[in-house]
Amino acid sequence: MVQCNPARFDASFAALSDVTRRGVLEQLGRADASITELAETFHMTLTGMKKHVGVLEQAGLVITQKVGRVRTCKLGLRRLEQEAAWIQRYHQLWHARFDELDKVVEELKRKEKVGGRKKRE
Amino acid sequence: MDAKKESEPNAMKTRTMVERKSEREIVVTRTFNAPARIVFEAWTKPELIMRWWVPKSMGMSLLSCEMDVRVGGKYRLVFGEDASKSMAFFGKYLEVTPYSRLVWTNEESDDGAVTTVTFEEQDGKTLLAMHELYPSKEALDAAGGSADATVETFAQLDELLVSLHASTRAP
Repeated sequence: MVQCNPARFDASFAALSDVTRRGVLEQLGRADASITELAETFHMTLTGMKKHVGVLEQAGLVITQKVGRVRTCKLGLRRLEQEAAWIQRYHQLWHARFDELDKVVEELKRKEKVGGRKKRE
Repeated sequence: MDAKKESEPNAMKTRTMVERKSEREIVVTRTFNAPARIVFEAWTKPELIMRWWVPKSMGMSLLSCEMDVRVGGKYRLVFGEDASKSMAFFGKYLEVTPYSRLVWTNEESDDGAVTTVTFEEQDGKTLLAMHELYPSKEALDAAGGSADATVETFAQLDELLVSLHASTRAP
């Protein structure tokens, strides 16, 4: 019913296909964390964690913000949900309008069938 | 709501497509079962626009509609419950190509979009695409936010329209 950006969805699913990245999302669901903290929690190198966070960020699932030398990560899920809700509202408005427009168009068509010939002559 | 949606014919769900093309753009498409000139007429005659732009069951209606459909021509739509609770939408036409393309500005705020509507006829049907380009991502997001109050109304409306549609369909 609602069409979202397919590339964005693909990115989300790819991001969620990895167990570490799912763990990072769970962790960030409890509290925001820096990349260093995440690397420690998941026993990874800083570079490895940066890659994972990059994939999550690309998919819009995580938002990062650099303050000084620390890059803090937090869940970006809410933003995605808001975007979906926005599109949903927009869809409802235009769907309703177009259903009404459909009726107008049908009526114009019927009128044209009846009076069309006269008009053209 | 979801359960009810499931019971609707599949065509109802997919007929109106909304796609956010970029941070500043959104596109709505739908195919109408009529030639482009007829659909175009419904977008360019005030007396016809008044019948569908604000769906009746919203509890609001278009109080007035003035449209000078030509390049540089202005339009002004006022809608609301009554004159004391009304909102005006206005702007001007940038492009008018009969039966194929309309472009207009939305000037009620600085963050208004430029709207482009294209009519593409194929086998007697018309694929209509309505494209809105906002000056910024924030402007597009805000345009959605302002519709918050009407969400529930629209949700109800969606269901109501299905029955209205069915009952008025018979010739």
